[in-house]
Parts: sequence; structure tokens; C-alpha cells
Amino acid sequence: MSTIDPAQTDLGITDPDPRRSGPLDRVPAIVIPVVSVLLAFAIGGILIWLQGVNPLFAYQVLFRDALGSVDGLERTMEKSTPLILTGLAVVVGLRAGLFNIGAQGQLLMGAIGAAWAGYNFTLPPLVHLPFCLIFGILCGAAWGSIAGALRAYRSVSEVITTIMLNSIAIALVDYLASRPLKEPDQPLSRTPLIAESAALPYIGPIPSGFILALVVAVFFGWLLVRTTQGFRFNTVGMNPGAARYAGISVKGTILLAMAVSGGLAGLGGAVETLGITGRFEPAFNIGLGFDGITIALLARANPLATIPAALLVGTLRAGSSSLQFQTGIEPEVVSVILALTLLFVSAPIVGKLLFRNRSIKQTTVTKGWGA
Amino acid sequence: MSAKWAYALAILISVTIVIFYVLDPTKTTSVVSFSLRYAVPLILAAMVGIMCERSGVINIGIEGQMLMSAFAGFFGAALTGSLLLGTMIGVGTGMIMGAMLATGAVTWKMDQIIAGTIINILAAGLTSFFYAQGFTLPGITPTLRIPVLADIPLIGPVFFDNGLFTYAAIVSALLLWVLLFKTVWGLRTRSVGEKPSASDTSGIGVQKMRFWNVTIAGGLAGLAGAYLALEAAGTFERGLTAGRGFTALAIMIFGAWNPIGALAAAIFFGLTQGVASQLQTDAVVDIPPQFVNMLPYILTIVLLAIVSGRIKPPAAVGRPYEKD
Repeated sequence: MSTIDPAQTDLGITDPDPRRSGPLDRVPAIVIPVVSVLLAFAIGGILIWLQGVNPLFAYQVLFRDALGSVDGLERTMEKSTPLILTGLAVVVGLRAGLFNIGAQGQLLMGAIGAAWAGYNFTLPPLVHLPFCLIFGILCGAAWGSIAGALRAYRSVSEVITTIMLNSIAIALVDYLASRPLKEPDQPLSRTPLIAESAALPYIGPIPSGFILALVVAVFFGWLLVRTTQGFRFNTVGMNPGAARYAGISVKGTILLAMAVSGGLAGLGGAVETLGITGRFEPAFNIGLGFDGITIALLARANPLATIPAALLVGTLRAGSSSLQFQTGIEPEVVSVILALTLLFVSAPIVGKLLFRNRSIKQTTVTKGWGA
Repeated sequence: MSAKWAYALAILISVTIVIFYVLDPTKTTSVVSFSLRYAVPLILAAMVGIMCERSGVINIGIEGQMLMSAFAGFFGAALTGSLLLGTMIGVGTGMIMGAMLATGAVTWKMDQIIAGTIINILAAGLTSFFYAQGFTLPGITPTLRIPVLADIPLIGPVFFDNGLFTYAAIVSALLLWVLLFKTVWGLRTRSVGEKPSASDTSGIGVQKMRFWNVTIAGGLAGLAGAYLALEAAGTFERGLTAGRGFTALAIMIFGAWNPIGALAAAIFFGLTQGVASQLQTDAVVDIPPQFVNMLPYILTIVLLAIVSGRIKPPAAVGRPYEKD
């Protein structure tokens, strides 16, 4: 990491270049994600139409189910909660120049950690719940730190290690839930139910985990933009050479960023266990980490923008089962729509279509293999 | 890994295999054969990585390229009733996916890892959405027994009595080595990956070279996907590729971006998996199956931690080429 070309480490998330701060240049920040989403819906609509269903009807079913009733809204909030947190996890990594593809594995570790802490101890509610949340955060942070330490001290690309750690985590939690942490006298591979004192309560129809996720997102919006620590993350992400020159420990910051990123994903898993599922079962939670990548890039690595991005993804996920029930369309159409959104928001397609503007900043994260 | 250690390890493993062969010929042959079959998609996918990275483009989307090709190859074969057509559809799909990555990473100069990640997520979404049950392959892929050579003990049944994909994988590794290090195309490819500005000055079209190499490499990913669906699994399931595209990138690194090195590394990976599952079948040790499944991933991380810093990637890898 000795010679870093500043042009290589441009995250595309900084303030616009003052030389081109015309009104048009400030528009794309919000226009591009919105147009990308609409374009993805249009193509998704064609896929639905090809299956012989009126796409407008299908989308109406999807959104009415996710947003049209108290039950639906509750489910949308439940689905969005871990997504806000995994989205934030990826954002923190991106800020520090790291592409954390391992939110999935870190989330699983947090989910099973919180489940174990939730059923294994009897504590007063005011102690038990925070204990379980913190334990879940620590499990996720530990899992993220493996990739962070390898990147910081052995220059191993976090992209490969986090992908490998995802697969290891999937196998590990499967083993844990089927042998040492298994609910006794019971055929399914799953942990026992958590104690009541560890459960995240509902405030009316609102899951308290959702509120927690919003608070965390706002906190990171402040931390990453307004504090010295946030400045360290951004500097290491944009120019490690300059960071070192300014006396910032690049290795320490990379390790910390991966630990924080893993901790956020771990919290996502813990909230899912303590608020929704009440126990850990290996089939739960799959796919949440990958949606985190989509959300982070849709939010252009802005911590506060992860909230609307996660709400959008959560809405689609919440409505997709009803879509299948009422129209026979596979719920995976949502995955296709999200993948297309990711494509349009990251590739310069929309910018070229709308503005014929070659100067729109691209999101650049990586610097090759631990260069 | 330095070459000396790699040779020492290779000799040690070979001697061990021979000793086991003397003790139990049938079982040893079956373990080693399993290892080679396990290695086939890894070899092909590692060649994709080598072709792309030697040209200066990171391909993290091999996994998605393989998955789409496996999907297209399987349904192509099931619908046309021809395994050959299915394979060709798979290879064609791989090349289309390769061209997609090339468009993003080369033409549009996107962040190469994001471009690859998009391919992975898109492939997972599309193959899940269009997945349908109730299709079967028109037959099983033919095997080819090479006379005389196949009669050599141990080596014969392992290397010279295989499905066509296995030969294709080995030949592609040898061929890519010759092409990369003994031809003008190879010299140009390597120069584009090491010092594109110098290649540009000497009249090599950097962007064109990168675009076509990434696209053609996609065809090899297509072959790997077709192998998985048409021969290894004999069917298509969601998530069929199971991370092999990423493991292949690690294999590419252990092989020091050299096709022969990667071929050896892939077979080594296959051996660890073969030995682990044999130990499990024989109930020599009580390894939970999940730990056997974890093995290739743990091995990837451990080996990466050992070799990193000692092997240098192509100098310009991951950087879109900007004319000065």
C-alpha cells in the first residue's frame, strides 16, 4: 500500500468537485437512484407480463400488501430493520475503502450469538436484552475482524476473505444449531426459544428493533460526517498515503472499520433473533447480507440514505409472498428488480441516458488485490 | 509460495499418494479420481481469472457467469434434447456474461469489483426467478477412455479415463500457459495487464485487448458452468455453483497467475476435499459434515494469508486504463 494513486481511491461519495457545481450536477445525487429504481420496475414489469400477469396489478398487490394495512406496515418495518443495519455495515466499509461482502456471515454470527445469550441465561429484563444485543454485536464484530486483520496485517483482499467467511459461517451456524446449541428432544435443527426477558418488545404495532435501527443509522450519519473517527475512516478510504502522512494508523483504522461493519451486521442478526424469530434456525436470515450491498450502493454510501433504501427493499420483500399467493409470480422477481436497480445505479447507464454527462462520478471502492 | 516449496509439496503429496496406492489401490484411485473431478470447474474458473487479471481486469463475477451458464446449459440441453447444444448454449451464455463484465469494467471504466458483484447478484436473481422443476437431461455426458495410457496403474484411470469436460479443463490450462508465455497474443495480454501505458505507446489497443480477453474468458466460465450442470450434478439447482467461482480466484493467486500453477493448486484443493470425504465415509474420525463443507473455504483463507505479499499480481490489475 505504498504508492496509491488518489484517482484510484475516489469513493464518489464526497462533496462534488467545486469546478462543476452547476445546478445540474447537484440533481443526479437523488435523480439517478430514483430513475434506476423506476427503470428496474419497468423491466421487472416486462418479466411479470411475460408470465401472463398484468404488471400494474402485480405491483398494486405487492405494495398494497406491504403498505396498505397495519399488519403489512408492521411486516415491512420488520423486514427493513436488519436491512438498514446490513446496509450501514456495507456503508461503513465503503467509507474506509473496504468492500465488505461478508455482512451475511457476520449477521448469522450475531443472530446465533444473540440466540445463545437469549436462552442460556436468566437475567432481569433491563440487563438481559442489552446483554444479548451487545453479545450479538460482538459476535458479528469478531467475524468481521478476521477479514479486517487479514487485510490490515497480511494484505489479503477482504473481498475474497469475507466471501469465504460467509460460506464458513453458514456451515458453522448449521453445525451449532444441529449439535451443541440444538433444542433438545426435538427433530428440527434449531436453538431453544429465547427467554422472555431477552425479547425486543413491540411499541404498539412498531417493532422496537426498527426504532433501534433508525437511531443507529442517525448515529452513524453523525459519526461518519461530523467526528474525528469518521474523518479517519474517510481519509483511509480515500487516500491511505495521506492518512499515514497525517498520523492516522491505517492498519488500525482498517481493522476497526471491519469490526464496526461486522458489529452492525451482527446487530442486524441479533435484532432479527430477539425481535422476530425468537430463536435461531439455519434457514432464516439468508440473503439479508446481499441486500445490504444493494442498499449501500443505492444509498451511495450515505448512512442516512440507507433508511429509505432499506425501506424500499423491505417493502418489496414484505410484499413478495403475497404476490406469489395472489398472482403466482415467483417472489424472486424482487431479487431481479433489486439486481437491476443495483446495475442501473452503479453503471453509468442512467447518467448517459438522462444527462449525456460523462463527468458524473463513479463509485470506486477498491484498489485491486490489496495493492 | 516460492517455487521451491511448491515443488517440495507436490513431491511429498505424490509420494504419499503412491504409498496409499500400494496399501489400497482401489480406494486410492477412487479418491484421486474424485479429486480431479472436483477440481475440473475450479481449473476452468481459475483460467477465467488468469485470463482476465493478466489483462488487468479483476473478475469477481466468475461465480455469476458460471451460474448463468449452468442454468442456460441445463435448460438448453433439456429443451433441445442435445447435450452438445446445451454445452454450446452454456459457453455462449458465458461469453455474453463476459461481454457484460467487459462493458462495465473496461468500456465504462466502472469499479471492477462492483461490476463483478452486480453480475453475481443479477445471476442469482435471474436463475432463481426462471428456475423451473421437472426438466431432465437427455442423457449422460460421454466418457473417453484413451487406449494404452489408461492402462497405466493409478495415473491411467485418474487422468485418461474421464468425461470430456475433464480433458477440456486440463487442455485449457496447458493451452493457456503456451498462449500466455509463448505467443505474441500472450506477450501483449501480459503487457496490457502490467503496464498499459507502455502497451498503448507501442500500438496495442489496450481497451480492445482487455474487452475481448474478458469476453473470451467468459466462454471458459460457461464451460465450467456447463460441466457443473450437465456432468457433475446432472441437474440445475438454485445456487448450484456454491462459491466455486470465488475459490477459483484464490486458486489463481496460489498458482501465481500461472495456468500450470493454478492447475496444480486446483488439484490440491480437490485432494483435500477427496481425503476429507473419504475419512468421513470410512468413519475414521467423526467429522461433522459441516466441517467437511467448510474445508475448502478455510483452506482458501489460510493459504491466502500465507502466500500474500510473496506473490505479486499483475501490476495494473483492477485499474481502468486512462489515456494520459
